[in-house]
Amino acid sequence: MQELTAKQLRNKIAAGHVSGVDATTEIFNRIEKFEPAVGAYISTFKQKALEDAKAVDEKIAKGEALGQLAGVPVAVKDNMCTTFGATTCGSKILQNFHSPYNATAVRKLLDADAVIIGKTNMDEFAMGSSTETSGLRKTVNPWDTSRVPGGSSGGSAAAMAAKMCFAALGSDTGGSIRQPASFCSVVGLKPTYGRVSRFGLVAYGSSLDQIGPVTNNVEDAALMMNVISGYDKRDSTSVNETVAPVCDYLEKLNESIKPLKISIVPTFNAGADEQVQKALNEALKVYEGLGAELIEIEMPHIDYAIAAYYVIATAEASSNLARYDGVHYGHRTENPKDYIDVYSQSREEGFGKEVKRRIMLGTYALSSGYYDAYYLKALKVRNLIRQDFSRAFEQCDCVIMPVSPTTAFKIGEKISDPLQMYLSDIYTIAANLAGIPAVSIPCGFDNENLPIGLQILTPPFTEDKLLRIARMYESQKDWNIKKPPIVDSK
Amino acid sequence: MDQKKIDSNQVEKIAKLSRLKLTPSEVDEFTSQLSAILDYVEKMNELDTSNVEPLAHCLPVHNVFRSDMPEASLGTHTALSNAPRTDGDFFKVPKILDEGTTP
Amino acid sequence: MSDIEYKVIVGLEIHVQLCTQSKMFCGCALSFGEQANSRVCPVCLGMPGVLPVMNKQAVEYAVLAGLALNCKIAEFTKWDRKSYYYPDLPKNYQISQYDLPLASNGYIEIPIEDGQAKRIGIIRAHLEEDAGKNLHATGNFSQVDLNRTGTPLLEIVTEPDMNSAAEVRLLAVELQRMVRYLGVSEADMQKGHMRFEPNVNLVVTKDGREYKTPIVEIKNLNSFRALERSVDFEIQRQLDDFLETGRVMESGNKSTRGWDDERQITVLQREKEEAHDYRYFPDPDLVPVEIKGDWLKEIESKLCELPLKKQLRYVTEYGLSDYDAGVLTAERSTAEFFEQVVAEGGDPKRACNIITQDLMKAANEKGCSVAELGVSFKGVAELCKMVERGDVSATASTTIAEIMVTKGGDPEQIAREHNLTQTSDAGELEAVVDQVIAENPKAVEDVTSGGKKSKKARGFLLGQVMQKTKGQANPRIVSEILKRKLD
Repeated sequence: MQELTAKQLRNKIAAGHVSGVDATTEIFNRIEKFEPAVGAYISTFKQKALEDAKAVDEKIAKGEALGQLAGVPVAVKDNMCTTFGATTCGSKILQNFHSPYNATAVRKLLDADAVIIGKTNMDEFAMGSSTETSGLRKTVNPWDTSRVPGGSSGGSAAAMAAKMCFAALGSDTGGSIRQPASFCSVVGLKPTYGRVSRFGLVAYGSSLDQIGPVTNNVEDAALMMNVISGYDKRDSTSVNETVAPVCDYLEKLNESIKPLKISIVPTFNAGADEQVQKALNEALKVYEGLGAELIEIEMPHIDYAIAAYYVIATAEASSNLARYDGVHYGHRTENPKDYIDVYSQSREEGFGKEVKRRIMLGTYALSSGYYDAYYLKALKVRNLIRQDFSRAFEQCDCVIMPVSPTTAFKIGEKISDPLQMYLSDIYTIAANLAGIPAVSIPCGFDNENLPIGLQILTPPFTEDKLLRIARMYESQKDWNIKKPPIVDSK
Repeated sequence: MDQKKIDSNQVEKIAKLSRLKLTPSEVDEFTSQLSAILDYVEKMNELDTSNVEPLAHCLPVHNVFRSDMPEASLGTHTALSNAPRTDGDFFKVPKILDEGTTP
Repeated sequence: MSDIEYKVIVGLEIHVQLCTQSKMFCGCALSFGEQANSRVCPVCLGMPGVLPVMNKQAVEYAVLAGLALNCKIAEFTKWDRKSYYYPDLPKNYQISQYDLPLASNGYIEIPIEDGQAKRIGIIRAHLEEDAGKNLHATGNFSQVDLNRTGTPLLEIVTEPDMNSAAEVRLLAVELQRMVRYLGVSEADMQKGHMRFEPNVNLVVTKDGREYKTPIVEIKNLNSFRALERSVDFEIQRQLDDFLETGRVMESGNKSTRGWDDERQITVLQREKEEAHDYRYFPDPDLVPVEIKGDWLKEIESKLCELPLKKQLRYVTEYGLSDYDAGVLTAERSTAEFFEQVVAEGGDPKRACNIITQDLMKAANEKGCSVAELGVSFKGVAELCKMVERGDVSATASTTIAEIMVTKGGDPEQIAREHNLTQTSDAGELEAVVDQVIAENPKAVEDVTSGGKKSKKARGFLLGQVMQKTKGQANPRIVSEILKRKLD
């Protein structure tokens, strides 16, 4: 059963060849086998999942209409609010927070009859690129358990790679879906800003955050996008139908784009490891084989993306995380001296170091006297980066570049040098700043059998095109057949 | 000559503004780390942005409203269900002595 | 004794709670006096993952108020986050407006003596969300109620154009009247719908030199009376303080004092207004607002004649007294009712009397407005005409009005049914007068002879006519006839 894609599973369940309960039971068997080593989940809901799966089976028995994900076991990153279980964001400060409402994306999964298996581990409040900053547990890369799964959606990527779910949701603010997807050899897509509702996604960088699918293959990503995309009246920043209508991302998925014009930025790509560059160039050859034309371009401002991002994201985060104060919900310190201590001591105890660093950085950037030099400046640099992409898209269908300069690094390797960690986001951050959609698809392995990802970026609200371009490559290469050692040996 | 971008006094000030009661070792650690990051961020000054508009939003929208229709509230019980300390129908905090800055 | 003169300078910061159905950024209903924390949702509770969505009605009310305040309405405006930590502010930031307020550069007029008006400048008016309430229970803890969190507030900041406590009060009263007229706020101070924070200082001239005392912001004012008294108190306190210490205004020495209503004094709360670093930045969860074109025109069409203008017009156009005009225009529905009566042909002064005396009395007793009494303006107009024609006496009209309130009905019918009509027919009355004169020669002699008894005798004869006509004679006409016949 684990060889099935999510879409295939859904169809088999709908046709009565497989029961929803069996699919969910199988997933929990796998979780029992591999979770102790991988640690992808913060919480799982076996009882509820089986009940939900049973409900789907009953619907089938009654001949009722079924949702697009009927019976499909799906994992959700633990920064999306669910009324079941806790929503922790990988943080001690929300360890026992039980949301009274479901995130819109979660509600859409449930409306599509998906079976939500559990909440996956993540860097605390999505701040990190390795899932190492989680305050609650450790997740390893199924391809090499001494290495990180990437972050901040490391739990979702690892669960997907070890096939402890059939599809997952992650969130991406600076690469948090794409980078772990590339480290774990799965597909990870960040939609255009405003394509998917952020209501119920615990905010980190409000003008950058997006929810997106983490799946085994491109078609499943398209299926998930069909389910979660669309205007939400509860999110003022979600785009409505008149501005950018949602299309059926599955409809033309297998139609190639001919001729396909791909822009590449050689000077930028040159910053990646040799093996990453090699895999990228081989992938480009595959596209050329399909009739694509490569155009070399410059993106003069992209080198400044990290600097701009770490001002904007942290500024927004410092404000978004101000609410965690031990008064209305969340962790509260035991013996505060006075009411100010409730705040300061609770936050000191509840937040990890990376979160504290980013809050302070953001507070500094917004503080009196520094606002112009940092925050305002960063917003201007952001504009320049967006213009770089607009110019590029005038003459191409997509830009292709690496996802990460390296493959999965060792646990503990970068965690003590924050700046080093930040610099590894070099390829993913620009898409968040510009608000454009981007996907990471597997494109090979390095000498140590570690996955390498290929990143494709397209103009705003062209996810259909993005998925088609991704599918073009995927149809030529079957990287997703390869399994991580941890599941192969068992 | 390596002058720190930010010193420990500033770090303590920011920590207070952020309501974070840092330990002395955290102050030290953060002072050097934040300095390094701010140093890096200075890179942006290499760009001339005097004629560039700040881009706060990537969205081509404005005037997103909701109509003035009341909806159901959570109810006191649910509203307080995650509260660490309560007193009857209220959230409970240690006594606030000054009047704060409520508008 | 040195030459001391001083000028009072007061600016006012006002928060007006708008009377929308739901909160500014979420669908919770506005509440007052409800069970604590019963009118909150994840959004106004500031829970993880929530997002604000603008209430259109609140924006429209704010624009309407801005227009009434003669402000320039910003074509493009946005929301900013104002950061500070406080238990009644669950997100620990307030969604407000910083550098692009919705309205700016306007003025409001207040009535000063003799039908004159003084202009008070309005620097800006912007929208923001209210915080909750901290209640200081006994013991060493406080209680937090978030029902009020997220209520739409219009913050109005005036220029420091007021020069006395009386003017401050006049402004407050006028603003209350205005927002009620516009229907954007109930503006009930006891319910906290309007909160005032005066900023007071003096310019003291001593021995030919000018000195400015430090600005004091006064908080905790729950009534117009407290507002006026606190300003008066503060003026005196600042003068005394200056004369004693010579302290003058410097950058950063503005302080905050709270009004203690029991002791009728202001008490220092914060020595130096610690320059709060609110770290304003544009709220990334909300998109900008463009106010122009058809939408702006639609809002403009909802502007009504403003109360002060109306009041002054009643004085010049109808010759009403300042006082009466003020009473009539205290509530918009009453003023409009009055205008309908006048439009229907009722004499303005007569209508004013009936409304302000008879109808308002009934309205107060019933606890409603004049317009809600169920008395038709046509009926009142008719009643006015009846009095004008002399068909009923002024006294009778009060009775008729009472019956119109309690039982309803047409004034002419009521007059007939209750024998309240009076005869004004001179011919008829002359006959009766002749009869009375004939029957009372002594009284007639007292009148014609002049002297001390004359007035009393006149009254006696008048009374006799009233008796004979069972009270239905028009006393004015009778007096005229008597005068004609006897003088």
